[in-house]
Amino acid sequence: MNWLDSSSYSWQALARHKVRTLLLLLAVAIGVASVLILTSLGEGAKRFIEQEFNALGNQVLIILPGKKETTGGSVPIYGTSPRDLTIEDANAIAKISTVKIMAPIIAGTTLVSYQSKSREVITLGSTQAIFPVRKLTIGQGKALPKSSDNFSSPVCVLGAKIKQELFGNNVAIGEWVRFSGQRFRVIGILAERGESMGLDLREMAIIPIRSAESLFNSPSLFRILLELNQTGSEIYTEEKIRQIIAKRHDGEDDISILSQNALMSSFSNILTLVTASIGAIAAISLVVAGFLIMNVSYVSVSRRREEIGLLKAIGATAKEVRQLFLIESFMLVSLGVIAGTVFGYGVVTLASYFWPDFPLAIPWWSPIASSSVALAIGLLFSWLPASYAARQDPVLALRGY
Amino acid sequence: MTDLIVSLKEVNKTYQVGEQGLCVLNKVSLNINKGEYISIMGPSGSGKSTLLNMIGLLDRPDTGQYLLHNSSTTDKTEEYRAELRKKHIGFIFQNFHLIPRLTALENAELPLVLTGLPRKERRKIVKTIFSQLGIENRSDHLPKQLSGGQLQRVAIARALVMNPEILLADEPTGNLDQASGKEVIELLESLNKQGITLLIVTHDKAIGQRAHRQLSMIDGKISQDKDNHQINRATQ
Ligand SMILES: Nc1ncnc2c1ncn2[C@@H]1O[C@H](COP(=O)(O)OP(=O)(O)OP(=O)(O)O)[C@@H](O)[C@H]1O
Ligand SMILES: [Mg+2]
Repeated sequence: MNWLDSSSYSWQALARHKVRTLLLLLAVAIGVASVLILTSLGEGAKRFIEQEFNALGNQVLIILPGKKETTGGSVPIYGTSPRDLTIEDANAIAKISTVKIMAPIIAGTTLVSYQSKSREVITLGSTQAIFPVRKLTIGQGKALPKSSDNFSSPVCVLGAKIKQELFGNNVAIGEWVRFSGQRFRVIGILAERGESMGLDLREMAIIPIRSAESLFNSPSLFRILLELNQTGSEIYTEEKIRQIIAKRHDGEDDISILSQNALMSSFSNILTLVTASIGAIAAISLVVAGFLIMNVSYVSVSRRREEIGLLKAIGATAKEVRQLFLIESFMLVSLGVIAGTVFGYGVVTLASYFWPDFPLAIPWWSPIASSSVALAIGLLFSWLPASYAARQDPVLALRGY
Repeated sequence: MTDLIVSLKEVNKTYQVGEQGLCVLNKVSLNINKGEYISIMGPSGSGKSTLLNMIGLLDRPDTGQYLLHNSSTTDKTEEYRAELRKKHIGFIFQNFHLIPRLTALENAELPLVLTGLPRKERRKIVKTIFSQLGIENRSDHLPKQLSGGQLQRVAIARALVMNPEILLADEPTGNLDQASGKEVIELLESLNKQGITLLIVTHDKAIGQRAHRQLSMIDGKISQDKDNHQINRATQ
C-alpha cells in the first residue's frame, strides 16, 4: 500500500466523520495556539527589556555606593555603612582612559511648585553628561549648560508630565518654579519617552549637580553613570574604578558596579527560561488533546470493526491496518497543528496591532516545539487504539462482534 | 483437472464456551481441485462458515494440516497468510461488507490499493470487471445508492480484481430476492466456467444442487460428499 493511497483512504475516513474530526482538530489547534500565544508573551517581555537596555546604550556601567553582597544573588544588597560616593570620586573615575562620558547623580524628592500648583518630584542633580548617557532628548528649550558641571546655577529641565501638570498648555520655558522654596528657571522640557528602567522620566526634574548638593544639603552621590569608549573594556574599567575608589576610601572598594550587558543577559536568560516554562505548561493542553484522540480513536475502532475485518479478509496485514489508523491520527494532528499555528500567529499579529508598544513575538522555537510535541503525542496516544485495531480477529470483526 | 489446490487434513477447531469446548470442526479432511464448483450445505451452526474461513486463511486450525498448493499454511506467520489470502483468495459475504464512505469503484479496487498498484492501472482493471458484471455505470455510486444485487456485484468485483484462484462465497444470496439471487449465482457459475474454483455456502437447496460437488455438514463433520460432476456434464 503506497503512502498516497493510505493517505487518501484515511482522508476519506476523516471526511466521513466531519464533526468528530473538527472537534479533535480544534482540541489540537487550541493546544498549539495556546503554546504559541503564551510563549509570545514571554518573548515579548524579553524583547521589551532588551529594548529598554538598548535604549540606554550598551557600553554603560552604573556605579552604586555600598558593596554588593556576593552571596546575595544579582540584586545588590547594600553593606551596613558604606562610605559616600562624592563628586570628587566621580571626577577621579572620569579620568580613566576608557571612560567616554561620566555623569554623577544626586537624587532626592523635592516639592516643586509653580504659582498655586505644587507636587512631589524626584529630582536628579547631574551634569550635562546625563543627557547623552541616558539618551535623553530635549523636547523644548535646551539641556543643562556646560557650566553647570562645576557651578551651581538656578536652572532646571522638567519631565514632560510635570510640565503638563504645573503649566498645562502654557509656555514653561523661562518661567520660575520653586524647588523646596528655592527658585529655578525652567530652561528645557524632556521629550516624551515613557518609562526607562523603572524610572518614569516624564515625572522627573533635572538640575545642576552643585545646586542639588546645596538643595539636599548632602554631597553624596546616588549613582555614577559611565559610558565607555569601546565594547569589551568593561572588565578593565571595573578594575580601574575599584583601584581608584580603594585608594580614595582608605583601602576599601565599597561600591557596586553594574554592567548593562551583564544585567541584560541575565534578564534575558531568566526570561527565556520563563518563556519555555510557560510553553511547557501550555503544552499540557496538548496532552489533554492526546487523551481525547485516544478515547475517540478507541470508539472509532470499535465502530469500524467490520471495515477492519474486511480489510484483513482482502489481504491487509495487521501492520497495514495499524498504519492506516496511525496515518489517520497523523493527518488529524497535522491539520490541527496547521490550524493552531495559523490561529496563534493570527492572534499575536492582531494583538500587536492593538498593542503596538509591547513587542509581542512568537519565538522561533515555539512553533517547532509545539508541532513536534503535538505530533509525538498524537502518534503516541493513537498507537494503542491502532494496535487494538490491528489485533482484531477478522472472523469476529466481520460478524460484527 | 486434477490440480490439487486445497488440502485439509484432520482439521480440528474448538471454541471454548463456558466450561466445555465446542467442537466446530471435527477432523475435517477435504481436497479441492482447481476449477471445482462446490456447495456446502447443512444446518445452522454446523460449521460451514468456519470451514470456509479456514480455507480462506482467516482462521487457523487448532490441530491438523492445511496445505495450499502443497505447501503448509498452518506454520506460517499472519503476515505471510495475509499475503497468501491477498493473492489466492476472494471472499464474498452475505451482507456484502462494502465500506459505506467509498464509491463502488473505490470499494472494488481496495485489494489492488493494498498491493500498491498505481491508480490508473487499478481503474482499468476495475472498469473491465465492472462491465463484465454489468455495473459499469454504477462506478461512482455509494453503497447506499445501490440495490442488493448491485451491491453483491460490486463485492464480487472486489473479490475478482486480484484474479484469485479460489472464490469463497458465504451465503451470497442470503440477502437477495429470488431473481437477483439467481443472477448472482449464474454470474458466479460463469466465473467458474472461466476456471475459477468456487465454493458456495448456502441454505438454498436449489442453489446447492446446481453445484458439481455437494458437501453436507453436520456437527462439524462433512457428512456427505456428493460429486455430481459426471451427471451434470451429461445433463448440460
Ligand atoms: N468465536 C466463537 N466463539 C464461540 N463459538 C463460536 C465462535 N464462532 C462460532 N462459534 C460456534 O461455532 C459453531 C459454528 O459456527 P459457524 O458460523 O461455522 O456455523 P454455520 O454453519 O455457518 O451456521 P449458519 O448457517 O447459521 O451461518 C456455532 O455453533 C457457533 O456458535
Ligand atoms: Mg454461516
